Amino acid sequence: MQDHLLISASPHIRQDVSVRKVMYSVVVAMVPAIVGSVYFYGPRALILTLLACAAAMLTEAAIQKMRGVPVTVADGSALVTGILLAFNIPPGVPWWMPVVGAVFAIAIGKQVFGGLGYNPLNPALLGRAFLLASWPVHMTTLWLPGRGGTLSGMSLSGIDVVSQATPLAVMRSVGEIIADPSSTTHQLVQAREVLTQLGSHEMIANLFVGNVGGCIGETSALLLLIGAAYLMFKHYIDWRVPGSYILTVAALTWIFGGPSGFFTGNALFHILAGGLILGAFYMATDMVTSPVTPKGMLIFGVGCGVLTSVIRLIGGYPEGVSYSILLMNVATPLIDGRTRPRKFGEVKNSG
Amino acid sequence: MHPPTSKALTKDVAIADARLPERVVIPLRQSLGAPATPCVAVGDEVKVGTKIGEPGGFVSVPVHASISGKVAAIGRFPHPSGGEDMAVVIEGDGADTWDESLKERPDFASMTPDEIREAVKEAGLVGLGGAAFPTHVKLSPPEAKPIDAIILNGAECEPWLTADHRLMLERPEEIIEGLILIMKTVGAKRGIVGIESNKPDAVKIMRETVKSMGEKVPDGATVEVMPVQVKYPQGAEKQLIDSCLRRKVPAGGLPMDVGVVVQNVGTSLAVYEACRFGRPLVKRVMTLTGTPVVKPANYMARVGTLLTELVDEAGGIKGDIGKVISGGPMMGIAQFTLDIPVVKGMSGMLFLAPDQVDDRQPEPCLRCGACVHVCPMKIVPVMIEKLVMNEKIPMAIKLGLNDCIECGSCAYVCPSKRRLVHYFKYGKYLAAQARKKEADREAARKETS
Repeated sequence: MQDHLLISASPHIRQDVSVRKVMYSVVVAMVPAIVGSVYFYGPRALILTLLACAAAMLTEAAIQKMRGVPVTVADGSALVTGILLAFNIPPGVPWWMPVVGAVFAIAIGKQVFGGLGYNPLNPALLGRAFLLASWPVHMTTLWLPGRGGTLSGMSLSGIDVVSQATPLAVMRSVGEIIADPSSTTHQLVQAREVLTQLGSHEMIANLFVGNVGGCIGETSALLLLIGAAYLMFKHYIDWRVPGSYILTVAALTWIFGGPSGFFTGNALFHILAGGLILGAFYMATDMVTSPVTPKGMLIFGVGCGVLTSVIRLIGGYPEGVSYSILLMNVATPLIDGRTRPRKFGEVKNSG
Repeated sequence: MHPPTSKALTKDVAIADARLPERVVIPLRQSLGAPATPCVAVGDEVKVGTKIGEPGGFVSVPVHASISGKVAAIGRFPHPSGGEDMAVVIEGDGADTWDESLKERPDFASMTPDEIREAVKEAGLVGLGGAAFPTHVKLSPPEAKPIDAIILNGAECEPWLTADHRLMLERPEEIIEGLILIMKTVGAKRGIVGIESNKPDAVKIMRETVKSMGEKVPDGATVEVMPVQVKYPQGAEKQLIDSCLRRKVPAGGLPMDVGVVVQNVGTSLAVYEACRFGRPLVKRVMTLTGTPVVKPANYMARVGTLLTELVDEAGGIKGDIGKVISGGPMMGIAQFTLDIPVVKGMSGMLFLAPDQVDDRQPEPCLRCGACVHVCPMKIVPVMIEKLVMNEKIPMAIKLGLNDCIECGSCAYVCPSKRRLVHYFKYGKYLAAQARKKEADREAARKETS
């Protein structure tokens, strides 16, 4: 019959999943947002994204060659990092920025630690942080308005704070004007008007569809959610991290985010504006850098939400998603170690 | 967790008595405990049921001849649990005569608990679900651990296997007779047959049987059939107890700690046969299946029957074989040869074609947490794997290495195809080595002092 039989430990059947499948599913999930970015910002969004992907994959392959380990660039993980990095930069930046960011993300964010599975921080976010620290002006001003729309998503002309800023930056300036005792009455009236506009149905609709200024992949909540639904359906992302993250931001911005006192903040605005949807569903859920325990996932999401809200409401940046996820990445080993589920039949208080 | 059940090939195939083998190779290691020591010599005449091996301790079982004939050899032969082991080879005389010393007991219903225990012990019974734990040990709980419920395990959650399913369809009365005997032995008032709800025919037949046998159930006792959810590993002892009775066996504990004894349905049948006919365990039902097998079947096979003979009877093999597994695909043991005999703990033999063999290599762990979500013992496989790889065994034990039941759920879902169960088995082996070393050192210290 047979002179050699394969011997291995059980189980002898395994589910039809692989690293490749997971990674390429994430790529597929991001396709709607890529298409959206081209629609809103033109072909340069796609070119920047492709540059980031190419740089990420070449860097991965080159370093793996140098390290003398198998070249696994086909597993799709570098491709995911490339796309995510491009998603996190403004569409008006020069061509070399996504390249530099992607090289940094893969080389310093991933391969230095041993490659896939060993990096403590989300490589794409580390790449973004590097770009933001090195070229802060590029990274915070080179926005493009949405298709036929405006940068801020609003059509109020003649008001300074609105003209050159993304919705989150507008929200921030308005808050500052209202909180500033030296503001003139005229300024206050204008600020209140803008604030009303920020909460209008038109504004929320623009944010939801994505027709506003912002990073390449972050603006359209709708397109990002379509991809996220696909990943959840495939069980490649768990509801716990994005769920607890978004709910925490919603609660905190509602309670503390309003200029006229507690419980007057616009939670829906904060959920849809900036990179929260992108961060919550595509970056905080990065498997390698987030906890593996169910309870740990909840804590991680809440932590990201608290940090994001703190940065947005009282920190120095209008946007806080990327730094809060990076900070929580650092806490992941601590969270995992302290949130082990109770073993089956384990008695309470026994460790 | 829901691996494909793959049971269609044999679930409607009635159990057939396998051909009487001309030659059997009966390993002396037939239980989880110590192997038996041979009590026959080459050339001795034996009949069916003649004892050929004495138990090697309390947690051990005697071994009996499964055909009548002459002892041809005693030596080392391949064993389905891996490697080689001592076995007694018997050349059959074709007569298939039973040992005259075995006595029928038409009055078995009046046997005392001690008599039942003795009969079970003498019959060399082990758990037939796969773990092969000596049955008499399970039926001898210490007085401090009163047992109020017996669960018969008819879940059969392992894919491909249908032996228990067929047994419940074809021999329900004897299974219930056995259950009543087991309940009597440990003084349990409650008997439950747990069956995965994807076997509605078995649930129906067992229910009807229980109803029709109502008068045999002693006063104050109840027997019920309980369909349980289809989910792997539903048939694992602790999971089944939780499903049927909502009781959680403490970590590191045994079912008796929550007043329960679990027996496989096949074991229950064997208990009945041991008591009613005085017959030792010389045959068992097993599923011979897999796409390369020409006629997959459920066999009542003699212990010691060589697998090659059973394959012949099943019409042989078509095409190539990639893997041969003793047991099911989730927990079974891959075989390096077909020259292995049927043992008491063998619930099935599965043949996989080369294209069904999963030889995908491990990739780096993505820390996706899938293993944590599926683990029925609620341990964190990803952490324990890393600890064992670094041989940090005490820490691995603290995190639940020994709680692992090796069900394979974690490795099944892992996108990186990590060899999780492999490392858990290895870790347990290292832990056992360390314990042994510690015990030896302790003994040496006592000797010198």
